[in-house]
Amino acid sequence: MLSRVAERMYWGARYLERAENTARLVRVYDAALLDLPDEAGVGWPLLVDICGVRELFNARHPKGGDRETLRFLISDPDSPSSITASLGQARENFRTTRDQCPTEAWRSVNELYLYGRKTLPKATSPRRRHEVLSEIVQRTQQLTGLLSGTMSHGDAYNFIRLGRNLERADMTTRIIDIAAATLLGARTKENGLDNTLWMAVLKSLSGYQMYRQYVRRRIRDEDVIRFLLHDPLFPRAVAHCLEDLETSMLKLPNHEIPLRAVLRLQRIVATQLPQGVEEAALRKLMDDLQLELADVHRQLSTAWFLPDQAA
Amino acid sequence: MKISWSEYDPGDAWDELLSAPGLPRPHARKLTNYLASLTPARLSRRQQAAERAIVEMGITFTVYSEGQNIDRAWPFDIIPRVVAASEWRHIETGLKQRLTALNMFIDDIYNEQRILAAKRFPREVIETSGNFLRECMGARPAHGVWAHVCGSDLVRDADGTVYVLEDNLRVPSGVSYMLENRIVTKQVFPELFAHSRILPVDNYASMLFDTLASLSPRPLDHPEVVVLTPGIYNSAYFEHAYLAQAMGAELVEGGDLVVGDDNCVYMRTIAGLERVDVVYRRVNDTFLDPEVFRHDSMLGVPGLMRAWRAGNVAIANAPGAGVADDKLVYAYVPDIIRFYLDEDAILPNVPTRACIDDDDRRYVLDHLPELVVKPVNESGGYGMLIGPAASQKEIDRFASLVKRDPRNYVAQPVLNLSTAPTLVRGRLEPRHLDLRPFSLQGERSAVTAGGLTRVALVKGSLVVNSSQGGGSKDTWVVETGED
Repeated sequence: MLSRVAERMYWGARYLERAENTARLVRVYDAALLDLPDEAGVGWPLLVDICGVRELFNARHPKGGDRETLRFLISDPDSPSSITASLGQARENFRTTRDQCPTEAWRSVNELYLYGRKTLPKATSPRRRHEVLSEIVQRTQQLTGLLSGTMSHGDAYNFIRLGRNLERADMTTRIIDIAAATLLGARTKENGLDNTLWMAVLKSLSGYQMYRQYVRRRIRDEDVIRFLLHDPLFPRAVAHCLEDLETSMLKLPNHEIPLRAVLRLQRIVATQLPQGVEEAALRKLMDDLQLELADVHRQLSTAWFLPDQAA
Repeated sequence: MKISWSEYDPGDAWDELLSAPGLPRPHARKLTNYLASLTPARLSRRQQAAERAIVEMGITFTVYSEGQNIDRAWPFDIIPRVVAASEWRHIETGLKQRLTALNMFIDDIYNEQRILAAKRFPREVIETSGNFLRECMGARPAHGVWAHVCGSDLVRDADGTVYVLEDNLRVPSGVSYMLENRIVTKQVFPELFAHSRILPVDNYASMLFDTLASLSPRPLDHPEVVVLTPGIYNSAYFEHAYLAQAMGAELVEGGDLVVGDDNCVYMRTIAGLERVDVVYRRVNDTFLDPEVFRHDSMLGVPGLMRAWRAGNVAIANAPGAGVADDKLVYAYVPDIIRFYLDEDAILPNVPTRACIDDDDRRYVLDHLPELVVKPVNESGGYGMLIGPAASQKEIDRFASLVKRDPRNYVAQPVLNLSTAPTLVRGRLEPRHLDLRPFSLQGERSAVTAGGLTRVALVKGSLVVNSSQGGGSKDTWVVETGED
């Protein structure tokens, strides 16, 4: 398989997953904000930090603002972190590898992009937000199902899995990161608040029900974090994403070096959970995980996308 | 009400299916009888079925306009154009003769230049040709063949003579539409295929693969053949992807290939670098290698020419093969055939006047309103003057163009292209058409049975290019058993 094609599959899947995760994040954050008292000090601008685009945002909107934040994350085609931009990138990558995917998949990506471009600007208004974002999540899920159900699970599909799981793991760490930063801080001020917020976190990952089956007691921050990091069965848990990365890599040639990076990351996740959830330590751990995920990306790029440098 | 052939009148043009209203030609009789058994409504339903199939199969061509690429469904007419097998054998022999001679000419021009020394071809024409590449001098591609894939444009005039109008030796396209047209037609008229002997065309991809494989510099059972495309924005990308898939070859872009210090070509794959033996390139000469030609080319592969000259990779068509694909060189093809093969051309040229010649130029300038004037280096029907249809202003403009740059223009009489019945709003009407068969030459030669018939869908129009309102038809070479 050509490196270029593999790379486009990988990025196509990453951008698709990113669009979905951003939509999830905004949707659930929206619901959670309504339940929070203003004093909690939690507002839209925090999402900019979750997505790791603070510098870009500040450069474009020095004065900040809720509207600006939402536009920046949802519909601004010139903002690289918007859902619209992610869908556009996903479309471009699948468009240039059309002959590798089932025709329906390309058609769905194209329709999804056109739908997003037309409808996402409406999601900046609170009335339509939930509906539009849910549609985006649902359509990307359909596409993931379509690829899984109609595409041969060969090399090309393995690159799609790599892209999807790397992006997913990354987003889960970002969500834990932001929860740690704001919610653990807020806990000291007002009791009972953390329960609402951790529920929001779980819901943003469609993990609320799965969590309730897994942990049969009241929601506790430690349990949620452990669930999102360690659960081997929940598809959006970091451990599960890493296992999926491992499985996909084993099926590809020349996997030794990128696989080593995944195995190291699995060890960190398994062993380094701070006891007693302390904010600074948790945030530090999430930062480390994100750096390690970036390293997995680097190693797999070199191994499969830049064969002249790997040799 | 059934379809009635007595109402079909081709006028002055030669019609491929009927010799006169109500009088089908013998080789077309099965088709015309069958069509006469249908009502216009049923025929229209078949056309709709064909159009649905085309959309479902994703057959598109790309039109570049207003800065946007638009994939359009391929315009297709379901009524096939029929050619008698006996006539086809004659055409096929003529095409092979022509391509053989043209390849000998290209090989000679880049090596000994015997034809120039013998003064049978003007040296000046070569030296001023934009398609002549000095970088190719002394190269010796396998089997002495430079143009491995040729798409000739054939036209039939009112008296029934078939002429070669153009030899496309650079990156001719259209063959995928020929193949898809056949698939669609089989779905639309299965009954006819069951009861006629229509020569198959679907072996093209394997013929092409065999031709390309025969060029491999390494004696392997399975040489690595790749199709080099300029990318998704190229108007023929659909075809590049189609052929790659049909041959089981990788579809690569310039960035996928790299030339090593050993002057071999490799492709970047997830399993590392893999050696490439044959590049079937659909990229123009000057974009092939930024080390040698256009330095700003992002489509090519730096070092490709080095690897080719070292004999480590075959390129089809070979760089520089376009020297014989120039409307001015075209004028000399009958002489070229005589010089190398000592034979007369089996298929005639359209009488062509080269404006570089003083007498010819004088004649052309005096007769512009009757002639077709073509720039020698354009394709796709762009930049032409069609005298009888032109305004005085256009004629004056071409007069000054010809005077300013005579090397760049040739002129031909206006041919009354042949017609075939075409479905127009439920009725069969004559429309003008041409034919592009595809010839292959490697270790052996082969020609497609028929080719791509292009049809001008606008009444009376002679312009068949898909970029300018043309459509296409399936082409049937039919054994009638009468010869």
